[in-house]
Amino acid sequence: MADAQSSSSTAGPLATAKSRWWAAGGVAALVVLWLIFAVWPDWLVAILGRKKVFVNALLNGVTLGALYFLVASGFTLIFGLMRNVNLAHGSLYLFGAYLGYEVSRITGSWLLAFPIAFLAMAALGTLLQIFVFRRLDGQDLQQTLITIGISVVLADIMLWIWGGSFYQILAPDWLSGPVETFIPSSVSRRTGELIYIKYPAVRLFILVCAVIIGVGMWYILNRSKLGMLIRAGVDDREMLAASGVRIQLIFVSIFAFGAGLAGVAGVVGGTFQSIAPGEDTRFLLSSLVVVIVGGMGSIPGAALGAILIGCAEQFGSVYAPTYSVVLTFVIMVAVLAFRPQGLLGRA
Amino acid sequence: MKRILLAALLASSSTLAYAEGEPLKIGFMATLEGPFTVLGEDGQRGFELALREADYEVAGRPIEVIVGPTDASPESALRAARKLVEQDEVDIVIGPLSGSEGIAMRDYSKTVPQVTFINGISGAQETTLVDPSETFYRYNMDGAQWTIGLGDYVFNEKGWEVVATIAEDYSFGYTNFMGFALEFCRAGGDIVERQWVPLGTKDFSSIIAALPEDVDALYLGLGGADAVNFLNQYLQAGGDANLIGGTIMVDGTVLSSEGRAKEVLIGTPSSGPQADTWDDPNWQGFVTAYQEAWPPEQRFPSPSLLATGYYNSTNAMLAAMEAVDGDLSDGQAGFRAALASLELDAPNGMISLDGNRQAIGSNFVTEVVQMDDGTLATQLVNKIDGVEQTLGLTSEQFAELGLPSRDVVDCTAWQGR
Repeated sequence: MADAQSSSSTAGPLATAKSRWWAAGGVAALVVLWLIFAVWPDWLVAILGRKKVFVNALLNGVTLGALYFLVASGFTLIFGLMRNVNLAHGSLYLFGAYLGYEVSRITGSWLLAFPIAFLAMAALGTLLQIFVFRRLDGQDLQQTLITIGISVVLADIMLWIWGGSFYQILAPDWLSGPVETFIPSSVSRRTGELIYIKYPAVRLFILVCAVIIGVGMWYILNRSKLGMLIRAGVDDREMLAASGVRIQLIFVSIFAFGAGLAGVAGVVGGTFQSIAPGEDTRFLLSSLVVVIVGGMGSIPGAALGAILIGCAEQFGSVYAPTYSVVLTFVIMVAVLAFRPQGLLGRA
Repeated sequence: MKRILLAALLASSSTLAYAEGEPLKIGFMATLEGPFTVLGEDGQRGFELALREADYEVAGRPIEVIVGPTDASPESALRAARKLVEQDEVDIVIGPLSGSEGIAMRDYSKTVPQVTFINGISGAQETTLVDPSETFYRYNMDGAQWTIGLGDYVFNEKGWEVVATIAEDYSFGYTNFMGFALEFCRAGGDIVERQWVPLGTKDFSSIIAALPEDVDALYLGLGGADAVNFLNQYLQAGGDANLIGGTIMVDGTVLSSEGRAKEVLIGTPSSGPQADTWDDPNWQGFVTAYQEAWPPEQRFPSPSLLATGYYNSTNAMLAAMEAVDGDLSDGQAGFRAALASLELDAPNGMISLDGNRQAIGSNFVTEVVQMDDGTLATQLVNKIDGVEQTLGLTSEQFAELGLPSRDVVDCTAWQGR
């Protein structure tokens, strides 16, 4: 707070408002950290219930958010750069999941499912970009309708091949079951020792992977030459094309990358949830909500939106099960009402 | 697409036989979309098996089938039924599959008295109990009847006295839970926590973390993809409590899913209208017919209760149609009288109807076992015959119980009664 006051005297009212936000954010972060790492006093348990439940909901919300982020980041990247609303993005997710299932079943390797799902979906995305979006550049309505059509066709093809059964991709043995984390849950009544929270290993692994992918994307976008081109393309496509950049090549590679991420997300989703018909529209809907909340075209926005929606679903399912479905849409409506461009979107 | 082709094929093949008699138009409804797709597909197999055995013909009339896919929501059932009745002008509708759909069909059937509705396998209690429809017949027991014997078994034989429950938040979830809770509480058990989750929940991990630890067992009233997701995440979280299965929790649809999550279910007691490994010759005959009708990759190892339910409903229709010699010209009055008085010798026991056109039948308490070939199946523990919709209560008691909802049964009020 001392910092905030000193800066206000030199930099005027704008800086004051900004540093107040920073201070508020810092306090909130401290509160959350305390909630996670402290052993809860009795009065807090009386209000929020057992700490184990709270921390699990938080971790689950973040890991579910990681899955949503993988799907939504490709979606938002494609939209941000090319203004293409790809409503077949959910189908890429589900297709990747089925392929991942087949790969892990045939080869017995879970890890191998990821690159194959990525490459296959990237190839499909490339075809989509070249044969659909490039031909319909700037025609939003036609793009929307055609991609809805493609998603219906893909859904029926997948139903035809894999039927309506439920599939799961088996996590390898070294990732199955829970691991003990370093987060204390409560103090044992008998021995006085701290009891630590146990958490499914596979979800932690996926969370770490999502963070690596997210940071990597942020780094490429903000620190590399390719990222510079992409950001320039987001701001002004025509000018970038006019300056001699092979913009179609960038478009197709971004589209392929976004589609590939959806395929990877499919393998992730197939591992800790299940693969079944209908998952495509569910993930399309959730990534739409995520990018609307986070801001269309913004990668940090997709991350923030994904974590918000993931946490809303998980906390909702524990603390208000009846309304958990509504909660995500309440967040979306609130964001649309007060910040229509999304939390981190640009107006 | 495949289904449309199939329906077109069926339609065209039956028009060939048109000369023998006017075709009988049957509308078939099941959940062929959405989270219960795989359940609907097995229901369709049961329906087709009964028709194949009859050679798609009854009393000299060729049978023409029109498929109405639904997605387990009442709106989709209504849409499908409207299409079948108003556009295709079917004589009889067989379906629907899911609880809330059944209630919608009860109401819809009152507006189209020219058509007879035979329930597929939907199991909400209200469908035939509250304001029943004169033209809606149900040859399967409801979700509460499917639990008779289970509460007693887990309390007295297993010795589990305190349970927490997780079940799906819709009419079948309530009905199925209510029957279990009533018997369990009357035996002296206690239900300490009830979690109701929306149909279609995919991520149960937080709910799993919030489960109480100091209970003897968990009752799981989930079905389809939700059940598989729950088991998968329960396994990943290292869960090892005793489980009690609702009727569709341990059904063939879940027991034959891919992956090892279902193995959590081995040893789980449950109950329902059938036991996979029952040695009754009639049942074994049905299982064999089912297994021979489709190659292994296109069916379950043995028929699920959905296949059995649709098979029975279709056979009831065929039997009543034989009884009136295929004559529906009296506004289906004779056909309906035959349906009402029918005693169906079904693979899963004798079935007759009560005054509300609701089935009285046999219920099976089972446990999940692993077969020699590695597949899972339900094994008979106890069979109870003549289970009525009033669950063996007097009509005053039954009225006091109330209709299925989240808070029924009030466990303390029924303990020891």
